[in-house]
Amino acid sequence: MSAPSTPPTKLRVRFSKQGKIRFTSHRDVARIWERALRRAGIPVAYTEGFSPRPKLSFGLALSTGHESLGEYLDVNARDAIGPDELVDRVNLALPYGMEAQVAEPLEAGADSLQQAVTSCTWHFELPGLAPAVVARTLATDEIVLTRERKGHALTEDIRPCILALRVLPPGTGFGNVEAELATQPRSLRPAELVSALDPALQADRVVRIHQWTLVGGARQEVIPLPPVATLAPHAQARAS
Amino acid sequence: MRQATQDIWSALEPHLASVEKPARYIGLELGAQRPTHAPHLVSWLLTYPDTYEIGLPNQGLQILYEILNERDDAVAERSYAPWTDLEAVLRRERIPLFSVDTHRAAAEFDVLAFNLSAELTYTNLLNCVDLAGVPVRAADRRPEHPLVGAGGHCTYNPEPLADFLDFVVLGDGEEAVGDITAVLAEWKASGRTEGSREAVLRELSHIEGVYVPSMYEVDYDGPAIREVRPRYPDVPERVEKRTIADLAAWPYPRNQLVPLTEVVHDRLNVEVFRGCTRGCRFCQAGMITRPVRERPADQVRTMVSDGLRRTGYDEVALTSLSTADFSGIEGVVRDIVDAGDDPTSCGNVSVSLPSLRVDAFTVGIAAQIQKARRTGLTFAPEAGTWRMRQIINKLIREEDLYGAVESAFSQGWRRVKLYFLTGLPSETDADTLGIVDLARNCVELGKKHTRNVQVKASVGGFVPKPFTPFQWFGQNTVDELYRKIGLLRDAARGNRSLQLTWHDPKATLVEGLASRGDRRLGPVIEAVWRRGGTFQEWSEHFALDLWRDAMVEAGLDIDWYVYRHRTEDEVLPWDHISAGLHKDFLWQDWQDALAEVGLPDCRWTPCYDCGACTGYGIEHVVASAVPPAGGSQGTGQDLSVRSSGVPVMLGSKS
Repeated sequence: MSAPSTPPTKLRVRFSKQGKIRFTSHRDVARIWERALRRAGIPVAYTEGFSPRPKLSFGLALSTGHESLGEYLDVNARDAIGPDELVDRVNLALPYGMEAQVAEPLEAGADSLQQAVTSCTWHFELPGLAPAVVARTLATDEIVLTRERKGHALTEDIRPCILALRVLPPGTGFGNVEAELATQPRSLRPAELVSALDPALQADRVVRIHQWTLVGGARQEVIPLPPVATLAPHAQARAS
Repeated sequence: MRQATQDIWSALEPHLASVEKPARYIGLELGAQRPTHAPHLVSWLLTYPDTYEIGLPNQGLQILYEILNERDDAVAERSYAPWTDLEAVLRRERIPLFSVDTHRAAAEFDVLAFNLSAELTYTNLLNCVDLAGVPVRAADRRPEHPLVGAGGHCTYNPEPLADFLDFVVLGDGEEAVGDITAVLAEWKASGRTEGSREAVLRELSHIEGVYVPSMYEVDYDGPAIREVRPRYPDVPERVEKRTIADLAAWPYPRNQLVPLTEVVHDRLNVEVFRGCTRGCRFCQAGMITRPVRERPADQVRTMVSDGLRRTGYDEVALTSLSTADFSGIEGVVRDIVDAGDDPTSCGNVSVSLPSLRVDAFTVGIAAQIQKARRTGLTFAPEAGTWRMRQIINKLIREEDLYGAVESAFSQGWRRVKLYFLTGLPSETDADTLGIVDLARNCVELGKKHTRNVQVKASVGGFVPKPFTPFQWFGQNTVDELYRKIGLLRDAARGNRSLQLTWHDPKATLVEGLASRGDRRLGPVIEAVWRRGGTFQEWSEHFALDLWRDAMVEAGLDIDWYVYRHRTEDEVLPWDHISAGLHKDFLWQDWQDALAEVGLPDCRWTPCYDCGACTGYGIEHVVASAVPPAGGSQGTGQDLSVRSSGVPVMLGSKS
């Protein structure tokens, strides 16, 4: 991280969401952050106008019930604050299971999280998955899925959205399958992948591991975890 | 046979992804406690018999949660009624009702304590007890089962639930829960032996404010009650409510729960006083919570500023009945608003006053706190004509309402909501239609200030409640309420700025049934529950037919229970309970009502000897001896700017 001479007011924060708190919704998470920042004494800038709202913007929604090691939000603080200080202070205020991992100053004019992220890596715990299904899926050129969209049935080939798929050796991740799914130009939800693999399967666990951007054609994490950073004590075990 | 705590979470977890709003079942709120249980500690499961989003903000439950956990002889956790989708999972997977704090099985607690704030939740109470794996009828419980208790406003007539409740706490719970804990700790120490349940219940009946239904026998004379008498000489003939004299000694909740998911009243709530002596005759809360006990203004300030810092809320509600009556209201509101403007603070803080008085003074306060977002203001004139408002003792004049509304519209509000009751004693069609007249006049006032004025009149069917002067009044029938709503709809038709909404008269009927029912309703409530009649507060689940059928099967008559006027000499089902009010005071007030005589607020006039202060040797705790400015309502003062007549008459004080 290049430390600017003056602390920024706009920051991008990476955080995790694990354990019981995964049952909160995307909207809940926004409310949790608003209150945690206030508790931490980090005033957030408010929009002007009739009904002022705090200037926080969240990245791609995480479905209720899914966990994540890489969620993001952009904070527009009222007063300048160092990224490390923000992380330290807000972590004292966040509920159990949610933890800020790292923050970076956000350059003026930077793409929004929704624009910037092109794909995500996921881990799935899929009991009863036959490894051959993974190989067969990879070998298929076209996977047609019918989705309900605004009341219309939509038939689409989702194969281009599956950027990577592999069986995870036991003990190397948070499940038995790893997948990288595109979020642009069209987004494939983890549940859609599971039903594409085998409609009979049910995921016991879904964890977002990384969110990727494309920088000069190369895949790059939005904010990589610092190498020394350790995950929360409860991150490895299934928190309860 | 019971599942251990760890097992409950792991059994529950795989199903949470498939139920609606699973965050309701995970706990983890800021302020949540994870107490350590031990054999010598009395464990309470404080349960709200409706959904998490309705129950979580309940202040009574949160206060007791903290007080019990601070004690060295008790632990407390919380539970809420699981929504129907989760209930199906629990029954299918044989998972019992659980606490949200540590996911402990409900039956492992010593007490299942319910907050009863609404009659339509009664069947949910039975459902929760059943989901806990505990027999629903008190008589079927054994020493190993938890005691099932209840508190809250509905328990002033606990008789419909007498078959299901082991004990009831009447009035303020802050001190009573400690006394109960002490008795139960001894019971636990003695090993909860065979036959000891009856003994511990009898012991509980000696505690002030605790009523044990099974210690009483009811004799009937045909449909009427002849007598309710204690089964033992040491059991009190009348159970007095519990009242804490000094609210300042109980600055709770200190650590208000901040939920992770959406709930109602999702803001910091600070109780500024308890009790109300406005004397509105329909209002049970005002009658049973007397006398007025204010919290010192400085303590309110501290609770607000500490609470905002601790919770991260950007909204605080000052709660009480008729909040603008709080002596320190202007200063406290100003300080909160000023603190929000302070650059060192974390941004704007909005204040809400859920219970507003109808006068210009109140609107002045509202203007102070709602600098932005001036969308809607709510007032409760309750009745459409001055005659009717004298009968119900809601002594606000038309000028008060128009002054308040004019003041609101002129200061930028565009929507006004008005609450009314219909089906009040001696209400004529002219009184009913007065509702629309008032609302229309408010629309006209609004048009002087804004083009898109909106007035919403919300009309509820009146349910007579125990311990009010109207406890003798026969409730309007469902048909009569529909007829009155029809009149209102016709009268309001064509006015596009006036919107009329109403409460379902069918639900009003069941509320009336439970509100003034007796022990014979036990089998009715049980039958409705057994046929799936839970969540009756929710219109999509409410089923009048279940109640009607169950009444017929039990050989009981809805007309007799709900629509019948009671006589002075009738033994009422709650006569062996006392809210501190003399029955002859209530009867006199009922007679005054029928004579259209109003009764000014006793905070600023001589005592009427209702019994609430004298009976408990306590007094009103108010910081100001002068009535609040800005309106006539019930203060006995004339508005100097007006000269016409004497709007407020003194009641007889025989």
